[in-house]
Amino acid sequence: MRRFANPTNFYTLAERLSPWAAAASLSLIGAGAWLGLFVAPPDYYQGEIMRIMYVHVPAAWMAMFCYAAMAASSAGGLVWNHPLAFVAAKASAPIGMVFTAIALITGSIWGKPTWGTWWSWDARMTSVVILLFLYLGYMALWNAIEEPVRAARTTAILALVGAVNLPIIKFSVEWWNTLHQPASLMRLDAPAIHSSMLTPLLLMGLGFTMFYVWMLLLRMRAEILARRIRSLRLARVQTGQH
Amino acid sequence: MTRRQRRLYTIIGAMTLLSAAVGLVLFAARDTLVYFYSPSEVAQKHLPPDRNFRIGGLVEEGSVVRHPDGTNIDFAVTDLKTRIMVRYTSLLPDMFREGKGVIAEGKMNADGTFTASSVLAKHDENYMPPEVADALKKSGRWKETGAPSPAPGGTTQ
Repeated sequence: MRRFANPTNFYTLAERLSPWAAAASLSLIGAGAWLGLFVAPPDYYQGEIMRIMYVHVPAAWMAMFCYAAMAASSAGGLVWNHPLAFVAAKASAPIGMVFTAIALITGSIWGKPTWGTWWSWDARMTSVVILLFLYLGYMALWNAIEEPVRAARTTAILALVGAVNLPIIKFSVEWWNTLHQPASLMRLDAPAIHSSMLTPLLLMGLGFTMFYVWMLLLRMRAEILARRIRSLRLARVQTGQH
Repeated sequence: MTRRQRRLYTIIGAMTLLSAAVGLVLFAARDTLVYFYSPSEVAQKHLPPDRNFRIGGLVEEGSVVRHPDGTNIDFAVTDLKTRIMVRYTSLLPDMFREGKGVIAEGKMNADGTFTASSVLAKHDENYMPPEVADALKKSGRWKETGAPSPAPGGTTQ
């Protein structure tokens, strides 16, 4: 395990794992989408519109999962000072941001025909918008600091501070009255969703997770190469060759 | 203690303090963070009559009255303990049903009724095929949810 902590070895491993993650992601999302759109029944109350759940819910899970991964690798980076941990954190941010945007957009589309509004500032929706801004701020901070070691440490602290928002998002629907309904699956009771609808939802969730792994490996490889280019350039400047 | 351990404990300590601070802020702001009040909470709180706020609960079965003028609609919002009569004069959302969740924004009148300026439908977290819902209703195991628990812990001030 330790030898993959070396960026060069990790690069080779990521290259080898990527196609498997891609295949798993595409086949799981394909199966989940097919089951969700054509096999699963409509909801007794919401009808066909409820099928947007098969995108909205996994996207919202991943929005939080990517942030948790980002914060955990940031903490790991700060404690063990390992460059790969910061690379993983940096690579997770845009992926999580896109999942957050998907969750917000699909939620809005779902809200109009069911609640009767595109948007409302209840605790769940507001905390997810804050999550989006945390991602944006984190990425902006990376770009604002030139020196990579300092950028890695500063952004890691922002990632950790923002992690306080995760339990707020999760429990907002239980702590306060909200327009958004409470969790159907991630709760102490039995799932409040029928098994015919649960299967496509879980397949989509796994598919989205594998998509994250795929994109993470891709972005981490790109970041390792970018860092290598940077150090080669620096070496060149120092030896005076142009 | 190695430097690594010191860094780890610093992070854990800082995160604990930060969580505590945020927790205190949220606790202090809990009254502004709620999206709506249940009818029982409205009864306990004595909100001023000119204040705009939201009430939420279930649309009481059999309470919906559509007036012949075609615009005025009356219905009762209940949390199964207390009920508030609501008057609304615009289009209702498609998912507005008796026995289902609803959130109305507006003002209390002097006579204890509520005049809504907007109404949203609130659905619960249960998803099932129509046949399963019918079977549950037939077997008498159907229970309506989506009503807010009346005043968490019974006493919110």
